[in-house]
Amino acid sequence: MEIFEYAPAPESRAIVSIRPSYDLFIDGEFVEAKSDERIVTVNPADEEPLAEVAAAGDADVERAFAAARRAYERVWSALPGAERGKYLFRIARIIQERARELAVLESLDNGKPIKETRDVDLPLVAAHFFYYAGWADKLAHAGTAGTRPLGVAAQVIPWNFPLLMLAWKVAPALATGNTVVLKPAETTPLTALAFAEICQEAGLPPGVVNIVTGAGDTGRAVVAHPEADKIAFTGSTEVGRQIARAVAGTDKRLTLELGGKGANIVYDDAAIDQAVEGIVTGIFFNQGHVCCAGSRLLVQESIAEELLERLRARISLLRLGDPLDKNTDIGAINSAAQLARIRELTLAGESEGATGWSPACPLPERGYWFPPTVFTGVTQAHRIAREEIFGPVLSVLTFRTPDEAVAKANNTPYGLSAGVWTEKGSLMLWTASRLRAGVVWSNTFNVFDPASPFGGYKESGYGREGGRHGLEAYLG
Amino acid sequence: MPDTLPGSLRAYLHGLPGVDEVGVRRRAADLATRSVKTRAKRSAIDLAIRMVDLTTLEGADTPGKVRALAAKAVRPDPADPTAPSVAALCVYPDMVATAARALAGTGVGLASVATGFPAGRTSLEVKLSDTRAAVAAGATEIDMVIDRGAFLAGDYRKVFDEIVAVKESCGDAHLKVILETGELVTYDNVRRASWLALRAGADFIKTSTGKVAPAATLPVTLVMLEAVRDYRAATGRQVGVKPAGGIRTTKDAIRYLVLVKEIAGDDWLDPAWFRLGASTLLNDLLMQRTKLTTGHYSGPDYYTID
Repeated sequence: MEIFEYAPAPESRAIVSIRPSYDLFIDGEFVEAKSDERIVTVNPADEEPLAEVAAAGDADVERAFAAARRAYERVWSALPGAERGKYLFRIARIIQERARELAVLESLDNGKPIKETRDVDLPLVAAHFFYYAGWADKLAHAGTAGTRPLGVAAQVIPWNFPLLMLAWKVAPALATGNTVVLKPAETTPLTALAFAEICQEAGLPPGVVNIVTGAGDTGRAVVAHPEADKIAFTGSTEVGRQIARAVAGTDKRLTLELGGKGANIVYDDAAIDQAVEGIVTGIFFNQGHVCCAGSRLLVQESIAEELLERLRARISLLRLGDPLDKNTDIGAINSAAQLARIRELTLAGESEGATGWSPACPLPERGYWFPPTVFTGVTQAHRIAREEIFGPVLSVLTFRTPDEAVAKANNTPYGLSAGVWTEKGSLMLWTASRLRAGVVWSNTFNVFDPASPFGGYKESGYGREGGRHGLEAYLG
Repeated sequence: MPDTLPGSLRAYLHGLPGVDEVGVRRRAADLATRSVKTRAKRSAIDLAIRMVDLTTLEGADTPGKVRALAAKAVRPDPADPTAPSVAALCVYPDMVATAARALAGTGVGLASVATGFPAGRTSLEVKLSDTRAAVAAGATEIDMVIDRGAFLAGDYRKVFDEIVAVKESCGDAHLKVILETGELVTYDNVRRASWLALRAGADFIKTSTGKVAPAATLPVTLVMLEAVRDYRAATGRQVGVKPAGGIRTTKDAIRYLVLVKEIAGDDWLDPAWFRLGASTLLNDLLMQRTKLTTGHYSGPDYYTID
């Protein structure tokens, strides 16, 4: 009798049609870039090129801002909130209708498993547009300091949740009456370009959303543009610092959502099986390409051995491989550059004396892959406990008392997320109120909702996205 | 044999790690998205058929009904002799003799509910004689119910001692202990009742009688699978799990097999260690099995109504 094993269950990519080449989306049209520089985006699971996109130059960025300014002054800022809301509701519905196509496209361009794009990314993208659509005609009641839009928002987003980060940026900006120039990440431009088509399909007035693809130079031109009234950036702390320096002394508004080194604190009375799930979700969700990942496990020493034994058994069940297979839990690393960084930091972990462990896990021959990895024997001084790895690598530290747990959790330049696992309510509240992190998850991890504000302390950035608080960043 | 336990059962059971309700539901929902197609589906369907405890537990049960169901248990698909037999037939104690004659020499097990099923509201003496009578009539497996009232009142010792006593009166018959999780309600209770039954010597732990809603659910079964996994790791003794009630479609059955595979492990993917208590499920499994072979569905009239 054959043992019950999962057969390959690939989602068909036939639902997606990728053009060989894409132009920029400016003033409601796809227009040829004035810059003749092009970049190629590849499928990280097999390194095959997917499409070529324009790398927008200064002149292209100029055109995008001119279109955004025109749309802001002539149409969008004067439109009643209820009318803006209608466009956003329409966009949200089209996203739902095209969800499967967008999920496949996102998995192809990013490398993340279809299970996540289908069940997490796309539902959240639509939910974000629905949520902010509802606010568009209620801004006077949102409790924000101002109720007037700022103007043109320059938005630069990362590659880890390409369409979701677009939604986090575009939905509140449009709901509040701002127009947008958005630059998607150079390795993941395709869903943003599909979103441009959705804007056309929704009949969004030209110039309200402009999408300029490109790499670092394009991003710099976008955030440095004098017409930008507001800059919203999600990405590395290093680039965030450069932006903050460039904006200093101007009257531009700025929100930064940067790196993290989230602590996941497990007390000895935790619901241990669910804590193990939470640890796995915390660090292996989206291959650990998550700014709020629970990359530092702080476990009470008295249960460390038992917890790690269960954790290793659980990690051994993770299925790594074809991102389009519906049973894949861990997909590909997004780029060769990111893979090199993960390798560099894990080598540093070994050489500094921590012990790495990965399950027996064959990696595909082509593409960018890294096995789920757990480091034990990690101390606060190790680089893998301090620097953001942004990959499927967990650093395990132990603590003896609640005070020590909180002290270690806060002992980082970052402060984006944390998780706490205990069945004791008073200890949960005691701990959560002392953690210097923008999000503290109680007996869960990496759960998102458009109604919940998200953002960091310290070097994880400032400003909040999501929820009522997310409106504040776009109103003056 | 029952384990020796520390003096306070309460301290022991309440010292087990808690179960986070949101987390366990999320894990079960996540595993329910596993995609089982083509050859995986084929092997899952045959395995599921071999795990079925084909059940009739009605006041209206007659010898004729039981004989008919026994025939179906042995040869579920008259049109296709390659369809495997089910694991066991499950009946009320007074039907055991009839069922035993019908199943003699077939290799299909004979399970009898006992101990005042389904409520269990009777004296220990009656429960034990109920059990002994079923075994004497030919039952190879006994499905007992725990005293939920005693459990909820905190009288864990009474529940424990009763399981031990029933186990003794089972002789060689395997003992399945029904927790009736729909009446225990919380996952913490399910975990505690599971460990109580495991420590008392159960050969199987079973979710439900099928007479109380909700019957088997994925999260409850997940918690019970964690218990038998951890119990084997602690003691070396392997115990089976049987969700029963409400499992009606092939899709449901496959979701349970996914749980078994990813929570307890491949060692439990065997009728000796996992059963599905069901009645209408079998025909859906057969229909899906035929569909995989022929490429089309045939109507319900092609499957026996017994």
